[in-house]
Amino acid sequence: MKKRKSLNASTYILIITILLFFVMYAAGMIAFKDKGFAKPQMFLNLFISNAGLLVIAMGETIVMITGGIDISVGSVTALVCMTAANQMQNHGASAWMAVVISLAIGLAFGLVQGYLVAYLDIQPFIVTLAGMFFGRGMTSVISTDMISIKNEQFLSWANHKIYLPIGTYSKRGKFLPAYIYPTVVIALIVLVLIILIMKYTKFGRSVYAIGGNVSSAMMMGLNVRKTKLKAYVLDGFLAGLGGFLFALNSCSGFVEQAKGFEMDAISSSVIGGTLLSGGVGLPFGTLFGVLIKGTISSLITTQGTLSSWWVRITLSALLCFFIVLQAILISMKKKKK
Amino acid sequence: MENEMVLDMHDITKSFPGVKALSHVDFTLRKGEIHALMGENGAGKSTLIKVLTGVYELEAGVIRMDGKNITNHSPQEAQRNRISTVYQEVNLCPNLTVAENLFLGREPRKFGLIDWKSINKKAAKILRKLRIEVSATQDLEECSIANQQMIAIARAVDMKCKVLILDEPTSSLDEDEVSKLFALMRDLKKQGVGIIFVTHFLEQVYEVCDRITVLRNGELVGAYNTEDLPRIKLVSRMMGKDFDDLADIKSLYKQKDYTKAETIVRAEGLGRKGSIKPFDMTIRKGEVLGLSGLLGSGRSELVRAVYGADKPDSGFLYVHNRETKINTPLDAMKSGMAYLPEDRKRDGVIADLSVRENIILALQAKKGMFKPMGKKEMEEAADHYIDILQIKTPNRETPVRSLSGGNQQKVIIARWLLTNPEFLILDEPTRGIDVGTKTEIQKLVLELADQGMAVAFISSEIEEMLRTCSRMLIMRDGEKVDELTGNQLSQDGIMNAIAGGED
Amino acid sequence: MKKKLKRLTEMNLFMPVICLLAVLLINVITTPGFFRITMNQGVLYGYIIDVINRASELVVLAVGMTLVTAASGGQDISVGAVMAVSAAICCQILSGGEASVTSYQNSMILAVIAALAGAALCGAFNGFLVAKLNIQPMVATLILFTAGRGIAQLITKGQITYVRVDSYKTLGGYLGKSPVPTPIFAAALVLLVVWLILHKTSLGLYIESVGVNSTASHLVGLNSTMIKFLTYVICGLLAGVAGLIASSRIYSADANNIGLNLEMDAILAVALGGNVLGGGKFSLMGSVIGAYTIQSLTTTLYAMNVSADQLPVYKAIVVIVIVTLQSPVFRKKMKTLRGKGGGMRKSKERAAVKGGNQV
Repeated sequence: MKKRKSLNASTYILIITILLFFVMYAAGMIAFKDKGFAKPQMFLNLFISNAGLLVIAMGETIVMITGGIDISVGSVTALVCMTAANQMQNHGASAWMAVVISLAIGLAFGLVQGYLVAYLDIQPFIVTLAGMFFGRGMTSVISTDMISIKNEQFLSWANHKIYLPIGTYSKRGKFLPAYIYPTVVIALIVLVLIILIMKYTKFGRSVYAIGGNVSSAMMMGLNVRKTKLKAYVLDGFLAGLGGFLFALNSCSGFVEQAKGFEMDAISSSVIGGTLLSGGVGLPFGTLFGVLIKGTISSLITTQGTLSSWWVRITLSALLCFFIVLQAILISMKKKKK
Repeated sequence: MENEMVLDMHDITKSFPGVKALSHVDFTLRKGEIHALMGENGAGKSTLIKVLTGVYELEAGVIRMDGKNITNHSPQEAQRNRISTVYQEVNLCPNLTVAENLFLGREPRKFGLIDWKSINKKAAKILRKLRIEVSATQDLEECSIANQQMIAIARAVDMKCKVLILDEPTSSLDEDEVSKLFALMRDLKKQGVGIIFVTHFLEQVYEVCDRITVLRNGELVGAYNTEDLPRIKLVSRMMGKDFDDLADIKSLYKQKDYTKAETIVRAEGLGRKGSIKPFDMTIRKGEVLGLSGLLGSGRSELVRAVYGADKPDSGFLYVHNRETKINTPLDAMKSGMAYLPEDRKRDGVIADLSVRENIILALQAKKGMFKPMGKKEMEEAADHYIDILQIKTPNRETPVRSLSGGNQQKVIIARWLLTNPEFLILDEPTRGIDVGTKTEIQKLVLELADQGMAVAFISSEIEEMLRTCSRMLIMRDGEKVDELTGNQLSQDGIMNAIAGGED
Repeated sequence: MKKKLKRLTEMNLFMPVICLLAVLLINVITTPGFFRITMNQGVLYGYIIDVINRASELVVLAVGMTLVTAASGGQDISVGAVMAVSAAICCQILSGGEASVTSYQNSMILAVIAALAGAALCGAFNGFLVAKLNIQPMVATLILFTAGRGIAQLITKGQITYVRVDSYKTLGGYLGKSPVPTPIFAAALVLLVVWLILHKTSLGLYIESVGVNSTASHLVGLNSTMIKFLTYVICGLLAGVAGLIASSRIYSADANNIGLNLEMDAILAVALGGNVLGGGKFSLMGSVIGAYTIQSLTTTLYAMNVSADQLPVYKAIVVIVIVTLQSPVFRKKMKTLRGKGGGMRKSKERAAVKGGNQV
């Protein structure tokens, strides 16, 4: 007899998140129909604007499942954008070279931070807080002015529209197909890969095991330190990749770029069902966290009159709500025992 | 029929700086045998297991499995040698499913990726075979502790363990769950697995074990067939007392009639699920009430329920015949109670604070944040107790962590004496203290009682309690089973009460 | 002599003082006139005066951060944002909603009280999450870290609110004919008040007790939850005070820049002060010395032409070095490198014995 799998805290949160997304989007479609919110392109824009965030949030989720956190990703993104821009504009690097450099920067951060956390047992928060300040500072060391990317190859990647068979009709009956950019394709590929890795590889399952109970994981023969290091390295790599996708979006590098990006990544993960205490989290849930963040941005931009700070505030309020929700669900579970 | 030996530990010795944890201990385990490992505090049970499973380095002695010499340098190596341990705090991952926990680290693969279908199918098979009633796809944390333990055992069995160590598995289980566990153990017995059952529950040992090994103070007392060892002999072996030794220990206190004295604290049906079965207790002015029983019999749990350190979930408490609700230790303190905890390191000592601060802390908490004690007042209090308890410390500002264990204990005793309680609870107050001071403390307890303080006294040393107590509660397996007074208070009277009925 | 030297090095304030002296030494080398003080128009001038003056907000923050660290073993990274909130409330009330005023539109007392209340409220929010809901301090305070400046922006309606009134500049400037800048007095006053609270009530003792051993403190009758909550409220309140000082210096509320990156400095100050970031015994003086050390370091870096944006790089490196040195794993590795061989295994066993099951 198959027992029905009862809902645990994370599943509750995921369901709430998915519902929340649909409710918010539907509300937008109704309220701002005249401003074009109901068009398919609007939905696709969610992915276009947040391709970089999606990739970075994947990394953040993985690290959070191990029970750690990474608040340096925003700074890494800024550093990647600035370095790529600088290399391409002032040192004649090719766009491909810029890709390699971006990934290398991400990997470097991942290795150093991962080593300090996994092998020296230093609190992830402090390590990545230092990383955040280091990255932000290095960005301004490279240049305090904004650098626009004018590299042809790069711009061709950035502007290459991929048309889809869905779309809208203009007033004259002409079919206007919706489109996405290569960044979206890459982000979705990463999403699928991460889902597969977390579910079907030893590394992925070890990450969950460590997050659940470190000493048990060790007793069962897992190499905890190595797995933690791998998690941070992967997170760094994804930060580098996501940073590059972000650069494709903004086509520039400047000091204040991606400020607060780490908060978006963390919020997306938490809203998507990743527990702060570790051991629980789904890349699929994080996707919806990102979509919610994107929807809030779109709603506020479309509304037009509210200051952009409201995006940050709403997101923080949502984060707060979900954190409190998690705490309540966990304490209810404890009382049940 | 002689069963073959699956594990043979010979002449095991293990020391740590300043203490010899194990001294020339032998331990053997036969195939298909359930073997109890028993001993009181400091006996060395845990050390022996840790040496066997590679948590500690083997210092001296030989370990043989199936005739071959082995040494385990890590728990993982022990597992590879087919020795599995299931601890009280189950070593599994609560956030993963049952099936995943069973196969973590050795998941079946298909094309390099984990084959979930296969895992779930195999897991269901294992669970069915061992009659564990859980679904393979359930999250582990949704299963009861009892089931979690059985799943941990199932994992060990599936990894073809030859030696299964169960470390205090029944402490948080109810009767039904214990029966299920024993049924599983008997199944494993039939399969030839050797089981080491580390426990302090007397009844359970007699119910399911074939042999018993008793350790005391790091030495082997003996290995016995269960059917040849009557309870009273087991208890006396564990406590180091010779049943036939009827040494007459004169009680130090004067016989007083306490039935007329005022009742200070009365507990009715007070209990806490999984910790102490509902009990009644009365203590009167000037009485010294002892609590006797083996380690883990519920002595500490009883007093902690009265003090509110572990909130009880049933029953009532009356202080001076008025019903009192105790929600926090501060409530208990304000009702005139004081509690010296058994685990002084975890629950008592505030390591980085000075001797003075540790001594005045409870009294300060009672006075409240806005009435800080003056410097002179604190210094005098500290000096007073440093003097009468002979606390060896360079000065009163030394951090308590620098003091020896015994002196740390004295500091905590001082802390509670300073609050001048009506009801003082002492849980193992003389553990780790030199003989001379032990007697001082016993005398102190009698003086306090003489002045009208009610004292609850827990100690593993029967003589100590016989010298000071006027009444004794007997605890066994998590419940109060008897109460002794007057003439019943003798060594064998107590040990008989602890051991309980013969089989 | 050897004994005296040993006693000296073991004193609590030894490390912080050494660090401060080291940084001052570097200062003197790179800036020859570092210690020179001149009097000009009744006001003191000099690099050293500047350092002490500009460190005032940091000192106030560090005091609050010390208490939070001691009681809960975590840090409050929202203090910079809370500074912005407090400044915003104050200026907005004083300006009556205008972007720039030359006279007070409302009472100064009202503005100050409202600002401090707002800051304390932020502290209470953090305290509730940490003490009552048991959320990790850094994650809980992450919320205000992000949202705080946004809230401040909303309060000032997205602009920088100026209060161009002479008396408003007093807190950040000079009290009447005083040669010493006011912030220095403010920091000293805050330090004094907090010290009095900690020592004239038993709060200081309680905080240390809870931080060292929460279980034992509970059994002794202390309310750990309430004490932790209180430290966060105090930290928030002090951030509010720091926000007022900063705002007074520039006679405005700049939600984006007030207190920027100061949370990092505050944590650094606490660590440099010899306080263990994991909680327990604490030393206010240590954190104060740490704060002045960091300010001196900042001054040195400025003198070496490092820009404000690049400062965080050096601070990040210093933080990493300090926490690495504090890391128990690192310390063990150092010990084994010195006392070869069985050191590692033996110390692992010793740890296992200490924390091991009592059987």
